[in-house]
This record gives sequence, C-alpha cells and structure tokens, in this order.
Amino acid sequence: MDISNLEVQNISKSFNAHKVVDDVSFSLNSGEIFGMVGPNGAGKTTTIRMIMDILKPDSGDITVLGQRFNDEAKDKIGYLPEERGMYKKLTVIESLIYMAALKGVPTTPAKAKAIELLEKVGTGQHKDKKVEELSRGMSQLIQFLITIQHDPEIMVLDEPFANLDPVNTKLLKDIVLEMRNKGKSIILSTHLMNEVEEMCDRILMINQGRSMLYGNLADIKTKYRNNSVFVECDRLPIEITGVDKVKQHDGHSELYLKQNATPQTVLSALVSDGVKIDRFENAIPSLNDIFIQVVEEAR
Amino acid sequence: MMKKAMTILRHEFLHTIKRKSYILITISIPLLLILAFVIYNGIQRWAQPSTPDQIYIGYVDETDIFDDYHSQDNVIFNEYDTVDSAKSALLAETIDSYIFIHSEYLEGRQIERYTLKREIELPSSTVSSVKNFLLDNLLTESVSEQILNRAKIPFAPISVRLDTNGEIATGQDPIAMYFLPYIFAFLFMFSIFFTSGYLLQSVSEEKENRVIEILLSSVSAGQLLVGKVLGLGAAGLLQIAIWLGSVMAAAKFAAVNIPIFSELSIPIGTLFLGIIYFILGYLLLGTIFAAIGSIVRTSREGQSWSSMVTTPSAVLPMMLMYLITTNPTHIASRILTMFPFTAPITSMIRISGGTLSAWETTVSLLILTCSVALLMWLSSKVFRTYLLMYGKRPSIKEIIRSIRSA
Repeated sequence: MDISNLEVQNISKSFNAHKVVDDVSFSLNSGEIFGMVGPNGAGKTTTIRMIMDILKPDSGDITVLGQRFNDEAKDKIGYLPEERGMYKKLTVIESLIYMAALKGVPTTPAKAKAIELLEKVGTGQHKDKKVEELSRGMSQLIQFLITIQHDPEIMVLDEPFANLDPVNTKLLKDIVLEMRNKGKSIILSTHLMNEVEEMCDRILMINQGRSMLYGNLADIKTKYRNNSVFVECDRLPIEITGVDKVKQHDGHSELYLKQNATPQTVLSALVSDGVKIDRFENAIPSLNDIFIQVVEEAR
Repeated sequence: MMKKAMTILRHEFLHTIKRKSYILITISIPLLLILAFVIYNGIQRWAQPSTPDQIYIGYVDETDIFDDYHSQDNVIFNEYDTVDSAKSALLAETIDSYIFIHSEYLEGRQIERYTLKREIELPSSTVSSVKNFLLDNLLTESVSEQILNRAKIPFAPISVRLDTNGEIATGQDPIAMYFLPYIFAFLFMFSIFFTSGYLLQSVSEEKENRVIEILLSSVSAGQLLVGKVLGLGAAGLLQIAIWLGSVMAAAKFAAVNIPIFSELSIPIGTLFLGIIYFILGYLLLGTIFAAIGSIVRTSREGQSWSSMVTTPSAVLPMMLMYLITTNPTHIASRILTMFPFTAPITSMIRISGGTLSAWETTVSLLILTCSVALLMWLSSKVFRTYLLMYGKRPSIKEIIRSIRSA
C-alpha cells in the first residue's frame, strides 16, 4: 500500500520571472487516488507537466517508479491533459492504436485492447468513425481510454470529468476506482471539491503555486473542523446550554459549542426544551469551505 | 529514442500519403502529362484530316515547260488548257485544287493556287509534291539525278556542339537540354514546398488541436521533430519519384511522335545530386516550418508566415531562370548557387544544364549542410519552448531571447 510510485521534491518553475510553482513536494502511493486541488491558475497543470517531463523544473527533483524520468517511465504513465486534443481525421481505432504505439504497445495487442475498452464503455460501434464526427462527450471518453489503454502504473488525470454528462461521469469514476483497486496510482487534478471528497484518499491543495494543504483527507477535515453542530428544527430557543453563538445558514442553523460542551449536552438541552428536531449532526466542513478558508487566509 | 521516432515517422508518412490533397497533387503531374499527350495527338489528327490516298491537282501551264512527271507521291497532276476548264473541274470536284503557272514564271512571277477549301496552311506533303513536280520538270534535262536530288533537299543538318577543348560535348540535344532544367526545377520546387508545407500544417494542427500535449507525454520534443521531419520527407521523396518516373515514361511515349524527347534522359549523377539537394532543401525549409508551426496559434497563421520564407527561395531562381540557364557563370547565378535558400533550385537548374562545376557543387552543398545543421539546432529550441504556449504569439525579440536561454 505505502510504496511510493512518484516522489516530487521541492520543485519550482518560473515563467518570465513569475513563479508559477513554488517549492511543491508530495508523494504518490500505489493503490491510491491522490487529489490535486486548487483554483484555476494555481499551478496544477504546470506541476503536472513537470511530472510528465514536458517541462523541466527550475529546481527540485522528480522520481517516477524509483528512477529519474526516462522513456521507460514515460510508457508507464497515462496522462489525460486538461487541454483535450485528438487527430480529427483519424478514426477512433486508428487514434487508439497510434497513441498506444507511442507508449510502446505493438499494433496487434493494442487493437485487441482498444476494442475491449470501447466495448466496455459502450462505444464499440463507433470504432471506425472519424474523430471529428464524434460528439464532445464521446471524444472525451475516447481520450480517457487513450490514457488507460497501455495499462499504466500511474495515471495523471487533469479535470477528467469536466463537461461530461452524469452517466459518463459515473462510468469513468467506476473505471478509475477499479484501477485504484488494482493497485494503480491516480493523480486527480480538479477544481471541483466534491469530486475530490468523493474519490480521493489524500490531497494536495495548491494556491498561487504554493502547497497549502497536504495529507490525508479525513485528517485535514478534522483539523479544519469548527467545534459546532448543524441543526434543523422547528424553532431555536434564545439561550441553549453549552452554545456560544448561533449562525444561520440556508435551511439550517450552526451552533458553535462552548469550550467544555459536547454535542450530547446540546442535544439533550434541545430535547428537554421540547424542540422538534429534524436533523442534528457534527459540522464537518466541506472541502469547499476549507478551500475557501485557506485561500482567504493566504490573502 | 529511435523506436518512438520511427513510430512517428511511419505514422506521418502513411497519414500524409493518404491525404486527399497529397494524392491529388501527386497524381496531377502524371494526369497532366497524359492529358497533354491526348490533346497533342488529338490536335495532330484533327489538323491533318486523313488525306485521301490520291490527291488530284490541276494546273494550267502557259510556259509549256511542265509536261512530265505527273505523278508525285500521292499527288496526280492533271493539265488543263484553260483556266476555265480547270475551274469547272475544281467545281465538279474532280480535282482538289489547281495552280496557274504564268508565262512569266521563269522571270519571277509567282504561281497562283486556287481551291474551294478554307485552310490555314498547305499540308507539307502537298507542298513537297508540288515542289518536286516543278523541279523534276525544270531540271531533269540540264542536271544529273544526284544534283536534282540535292536540289530537292539541300539542307537537313545534324548539329553537334563542341566543348572548349574541341571534344564533343555531353548533352547534345539543345531542346532536351532546354527542357530538362525547367522540368527538374519545377518538380523539385513543388515537392519541397508541398512537403515542408505539410510539415508546417501538421505541427500547427497538432498545436491547434491540442494533441501536442498527449504526444509530449509519450515522446520527447526531439523525437517528435525527427519523426515528423523524416516521415514527411519520405512522403516528399515518394512524390518526386512518381513525378520523375511519369515524366520519363511520358518522354518515352512522346518520343514516338516527337523525336527530340527520346534524347530526354536524366543522367544517374544528376539524379543522385538532385536527391541530395532535395533532402537538404527540404530539411532547411522543413525545420524552419516546424519552428513556425510551433510558434503560431493556427495553421492558417503559419501559412502566411511561411510564405515569407518560400517566396524568395522559389521566386528568385525562377525569375532568374533565363539568366541561370543562359549565363550560368554570371555573378548572380553564382550567388544564388551558394545562398542556402536558393541553392537547391538554382543548383538543380545548373546541374541539369551541365553548367555546375565540381567546386561550386561542393561549396554549395557544404554551405547548405551547415545551414541545415544550424537551423535544426535553433528550431529544436524554439520547437520545445513554444509547442505548449497557446496564448499570444511571441515577438521576434522574445523568440531570440528564448533561443538564448533554452
């Protein structure tokens, strides 16, 4: 579980004296989905391009599968860039075979694998269509297949679910989870926090090129937890035992607890007050809230 | 390293030769030649309607000299006593035409010819028959048969060109020599420009399509550049081979009707140098175009930039073609031979005309090779830097700066 497939150490990159990535470090274990989150322009794509050896870092070190980047390592990574692109004049199957060839897969096995994958996502009948005839969602699906067809050890997915309909999103998510269960490492770069919450084990949050948060998602959430509870009820008494202040949200209230109070004491106080409660839960902040908080703190 | 470049080479080659525009341009030359051949033959046949086996020409002779030799080749000469009787025979179509030989013919009065047909020009066979009829009647009694025959065909020369040492020069036929440089220069120019144009289009399309990032995650920029340049170069070589092959085949066919074409052959040395110049010329433009393709945002933009390179390298030698063929050692011809951008075409013109000396060939190839090496080095830097930049097009200054720092 904890074998590091990718090690990124203190990488930095500047364009025209502007630091786009500033001293970022992280590691990627096998069998995990690693979330890379941050607002647009945070430096996610530049970081990924350095991992992919498309850009060279100004300083810092990257090791892939225990070695410096080389052709062999390149063949073991699958990359789905944010800027999607395919040869418009090639057919679907030709595109898949050519891209597999560039990853060192010979034509015959590449073709068999391509057909298998196309069938799996239900696009087998389109294999001889030209790419330019495909719908946007369909071509995105094909691009995803290009990323995984050579059975890479590491997959780097930059905003993989953008512009996909819910059915296809679920299809891809299931494939990603399946790959993780096979012990593959996946980097999921996105600005959509719910995707990260749903799928990722560990995360790296980048803002303005700097690493803001790094670690286990559950640990981060606990760390950023307010000592508060969410309550949905018919009415709230003005004074509640153990509650410091009340903040009204849309449809529910957030009760901030005093230092020594526990949710149990607050709940029993409400019940004994005769309040009719529809929902009562520990307020675990969403990643979105944490993200906004971190970004605002950094300003 | 090379395996991935080979994969790209094969893909680019196969992809290019399957393109509609490539196929059209490649078969256009053979098609044009076939068309020209068909039209030429058609016109020949149409212009010379099959002559009837016998032509009857009437004549009225006031001199009383022309009494014999009435049969010349396929022409029979019928004498009439009066112009009126000749005219009636013409109107009755017993004769094709009639001539009137005036009594002052020997003093210089021209023969008049009357016909019902509209004609541009008298068929040459008819003219020679009439000539022979006249000469036979005029000279048979006063000169020998040998002299008579000489008088009929006094001059049909076989020209021989000597070189400065007085030896018989190579490449004797002047018309074939005149054609060859043009054919060569045009074919090479077209192929170099089409091929490097494909390269430009291919790079800028990949950038425009955003395929480039996926490619670069599998191969290096260097592998991509090498694979593309060589793959498209191979497609260009195939094109030129098809063109030259069809020109040679057409010359063979045409030689049946037009004898000078049988002289049209490309010496093996010329062909060899031609291929070397083609490869270097293509590499020179190709690497520049690959760099342009990596800088521009759309392939359309790339085309307008590339024309700034192609126009002078094509137009200059073409404009000065006359000078280069007629005065190959002129200083302007020599400069064009040496300047790398005009060298491939100028040298091909001069080599096929047999006017490029060995030292000039060596020097021009040397300059060209060095230029190609230098440009490849510069282009690969530009290529790597700008492939992934989609924003605004960099200025020349920025490009120079990035070459320095890359």
